[in-house]
Amino acid sequence: MLEYFASLKFPALMNNCTGAVGQGLIWGLLALGIFLSFRMLNIADMTVDGSFATGGVVCVMLIIGGWNPNAALIVSFFAGLICGAITGLLHAALGIPEILSGILTQFALYAVNLNILGKANQTLPIVKQRDLLFRANTDFLPRTILITAVFVGVVIAVLYWYLNTEHGSGLRATGINEKMARAQGINTKAMKVIGLALADGLVALSGGIYSQFYGSADINIGRGAIVIGLASVIIGDVVCHAIFRKRMNLLLRLVFVVVGSIIYYIVQAFVIWLKLPSDDMKLLIAIVVALFLAVPNLKQARLASFSGLARRNAKLQEQKGGEGNA
Amino acid sequence: MLEIRELYKTFNIGTINEKHALNGVSLKLNPGDFVTVIGGNGAGKSTMLNAVAGVWPADSGMILIDGEDISGKSEYQRAKFLGRVFQDPMIGTAADMSILENLALAARRGQRRGLRMGVTRAEISKYKEALYSLGLGLEERLTTKVGLLSGGQRQALTLLMATIQRPKLLLLDEHTAALDPKTAAKVLSLTRQLVNENKLTALMVTHNMKDALQYGNRTVMMSDGRIIVDIDRENKMRLKVDDLLRLFETHSGSALVNDRMLLG
Ligand SMILES: Nc1ncnc2c1ncn2[C@@H]1O[C@H](COP(=O)(O)OP(=O)(O)O)[C@@H](O)[C@H]1O
Ligand SMILES: [Mg+2]
Repeated sequence: MLEYFASLKFPALMNNCTGAVGQGLIWGLLALGIFLSFRMLNIADMTVDGSFATGGVVCVMLIIGGWNPNAALIVSFFAGLICGAITGLLHAALGIPEILSGILTQFALYAVNLNILGKANQTLPIVKQRDLLFRANTDFLPRTILITAVFVGVVIAVLYWYLNTEHGSGLRATGINEKMARAQGINTKAMKVIGLALADGLVALSGGIYSQFYGSADINIGRGAIVIGLASVIIGDVVCHAIFRKRMNLLLRLVFVVVGSIIYYIVQAFVIWLKLPSDDMKLLIAIVVALFLAVPNLKQARLASFSGLARRNAKLQEQKGGEGNA
Repeated sequence: MLEIRELYKTFNIGTINEKHALNGVSLKLNPGDFVTVIGGNGAGKSTMLNAVAGVWPADSGMILIDGEDISGKSEYQRAKFLGRVFQDPMIGTAADMSILENLALAARRGQRRGLRMGVTRAEISKYKEALYSLGLGLEERLTTKVGLLSGGQRQALTLLMATIQRPKLLLLDEHTAALDPKTAAKVLSLTRQLVNENKLTALMVTHNMKDALQYGNRTVMMSDGRIIVDIDRENKMRLKVDDLLRLFETHSGSALVNDRMLLG
């Protein structure tokens, strides 16, 4: 026991935390994409596990092929747009349920990504890593964090602006009440396709930056991305609501999506520092996400449920029975 | 204005639940007509309005607005010409958006939605004034989420949204049926006010015979997916609810017995 505590080094935790902030910011872009699809369009977009990896493999292969790394990121973004649009079209044009559309695209993307990558894993040559803006190397970490933070800030600003335009308002209305949106002349099918495309564009961009950060891309980097993104969105929502209550607005919500992502990675860093098996964290996170997604329903159920009413009525009868006997 | 020609719609074709909901219904409205629509449950009233709104394509027949056949257009494309209020107060508005945002969405019905701001400062005073005319105090609550409003308030707001961008035709499908009598009366008088002020052409389905006679300048009765009686302004003024019931019986061969209608 003592040995265990002695083995925990505080500087190592600080180090892990700095890395976690960087990771959180990068995955924050993914979480913003999921915020767009899940919270604004009300669609759980299963594409992201695939499109995140697509962003990563496209970026790495282009850099290996001699592309400028920042130009490669732009291509990653567009690759993601296409992934999301495909999911959107499967749903809007062919009538396949949203979740299944996403799963199909994700499934197909595994093959696509593997073909792009050529093998299961590609590492960027050291020479190529020199001119990357995003690097996990401790010497460059503070610079990476700064650049990523500015970048994420710009993305939040653009998203906030977009969601308040006529088009963005139409997209939000589609997510809230499709029937109303159509009655107001909004092409809800087009809105879903565009929204999913944008969301997966952000996810792929996040994947591209992530692959630069680690100087490599793996066919499996996107595994579980949807849950991490959902967890970030949910943590962000809960924290934002706890701090701002009724003053919560769209801009704060967007900012706190990224805060949620950073919190997620700091918790993960802490778990790793405690030398707990980090793969078990997936179980923990799944439980936490399930709990938070259930909270609104449970609150409702506490106010009104069949079993609750049955119990109260049984009690009343019992009391009546008791009086009758007396 | 609106002309419906020989419209047919069958639901669940080829199944045991096959239902001929519209059997060649035809109806022509003149500009400024405010037509109330009555008929038994399942007569096809909602189906007729949904066909006009383009919720699904009709099997055959034409729907003309100002002489243009719109039956090939999808629901969101037709919205340009139509204002709609539904029976369920939840359907007409976006609960998670503010009163202001809902009105701004409605004001852009039929226009291209681009990257201009969704709500501009210049619109706000216009909406305040319009809300003030409802007399519900909503003009003081512009940034309130619509989900926090009562059913009656939401229905009044939906009415305003349906008319703020003047529609060629207003479609009201039992839009007061889910409200308590007092609120229903208030929303009905608002309906009349908005229709008169904007000189709108309107189709209003109601299950309340008194309302059907009292509102509008024309009443049509539906049965079995067809219009069986068409009552003009002069006759409408003379008729009582009892006459209406008798008219229905003679034309449909069955009684229009329905507690909801008698009591409502
Ligand atoms: N979307 C639908 N699918 C299947 N059947 C429908 C649908 N809409 C209406 N119907 C059927 O068509 C008939 C007419 O319905 P409706 O127009 O709603 O009657 P009402 O005159 O009471 O408004 C009813 O038998 C109804 O069950
Ligand atoms: Mg009906």
